[in-house]
Amino acid sequence: MKTCLVVDDSRVIRKVARRILENLQFEVLEAADGQEALDACKAAMPNAVLLDWNMPVMDGITFLKHLRKEQGGKDPIVVFCTTENDLSHITEALTEGASEYIMKPFDGDILEAKFQEVGLI
Amino acid sequence: MTPEDIEHLAALLKARSGLILGADKTYLIESRLAPIARKEGFANVAGLLTSLRTRRDEKIIHAVVDAMTTNETFFFRDKTPFDQFKSDVLPVFAKSRVSGDIKVWCAACSTGQEPYSLAMMMDEARAQYPRMNLDITATDISERCLEKAQAGLYTQFEVQRGLPITMMVKNFEKVDEMWRISPKMRQAVKFRKMNLLDDLRGLGRLDVIYCRNVLIYFDLETKKRVLEQMATMLADDGYLFLGAAETVLGITDAFKPLSGMRGMYVKNMAANASLRPSMPLRAAGAA
Ligand SMILES: C[S@@+](CC[C@H](N)C(=O)[O-])C[C@H]1O[C@@H](n2cnc3c(N)ncnc32)[C@H](O)[C@@H]1O
Repeated sequence: MKTCLVVDDSRVIRKVARRILENLQFEVLEAADGQEALDACKAAMPNAVLLDWNMPVMDGITFLKHLRKEQGGKDPIVVFCTTENDLSHITEALTEGASEYIMKPFDGDILEAKFQEVGLI
Repeated sequence: MTPEDIEHLAALLKARSGLILGADKTYLIESRLAPIARKEGFANVAGLLTSLRTRRDEKIIHAVVDAMTTNETFFFRDKTPFDQFKSDVLPVFAKSRVSGDIKVWCAACSTGQEPYSLAMMMDEARAQYPRMNLDITATDISERCLEKAQAGLYTQFEVQRGLPITMMVKNFEKVDEMWRISPKMRQAVKFRKMNLLDDLRGLGRLDVIYCRNVLIYFDLETKKRVLEQMATMLADDGYLFLGAAETVLGITDAFKPLSGMRGMYVKNMAANASLRPSMPLRAAGAA
């Protein structure tokens, strides 16, 4: 079973994402900010990270930069999932090594399609 | 809505667009036609339907036929037909079409995602096939859809369905809360209104036909006539693409499936030799 770390400061969003991902046969872990996510990754690298941008403590893009410097940190497939929907944010995310980008609001179809696109399912 | 109203509507739709209105479509009729009823000043949909029988106002008839079409589509729908084009069709035509020009027709393009997907796919393949050019004509019966297709403006939801993010970044710009496809892609597709029941031969010789997710709305006879007319327009070494749930089997032998290639068909030369040039389903000049 593949693991997906859901990183979002909103409990509601984490719950929604969890439900969708569990239906897609993922084992789901949660983190409420970039620092928590980084700690979780250091403990065990997930196969995928679903990543919000704006969060307290450490935002998504800072997390991604740190993650890629960790041992094994190039492995997880990172998919942003955020309300930031302008081209400059999207381009920055791709430059830092995100594979896909979901603009909120999203639904199960979009998440599934994007995960398919990057070969996670 | 009286049964007579519905019967008359069903006959009208079948004659005008080939659409077979299944049984018990009251809800569909209600939801699709309510906006027109309101706009044209009828008290309700029943009022609109009655007037269709008594007044025969062409403008309203057109609006009703358009509104009853199902326009569901998305970028790179089903993925395989676009992968197949790149990996199986392009290499063949790279050898056989010295001019480099390939004529493609999207026969029911809805709001444009299908032809634009082909244009973007070709753009990606350009490095590999520098001399190839897709000449894409995309048609539909729905003016409403064609307007949107031509504008190339999509919602955030639409650009996230099936479109890889790198392609979105490369080919779209953000306009307020919408996303507009680039002028380069818009120039790569010619949109035009066309009813599949009419004489289609004005399009000339075609190398590839995409006719996806539209035959499902027609009855067997209409499917057959449309497909057989397409066979007369397609180059002998051309390809026909149908939707994932569609087939030619049991409908016509003008085409045969390509084994191992889901959704792809080629002309059945033996059957085509005996095929008489098919006539359009509707009399020329009819609205
Ligand atoms: C479900 S969409 C398919 C769009 C696209 N080919 C795809 O597969 O995603 C069906 C389209 O067929 C069009 N259509 C229905 N009857 C037609 C007719 N008689 N002539 C031309 N187009 C027709 C509708 O307007 C609609 O946009």
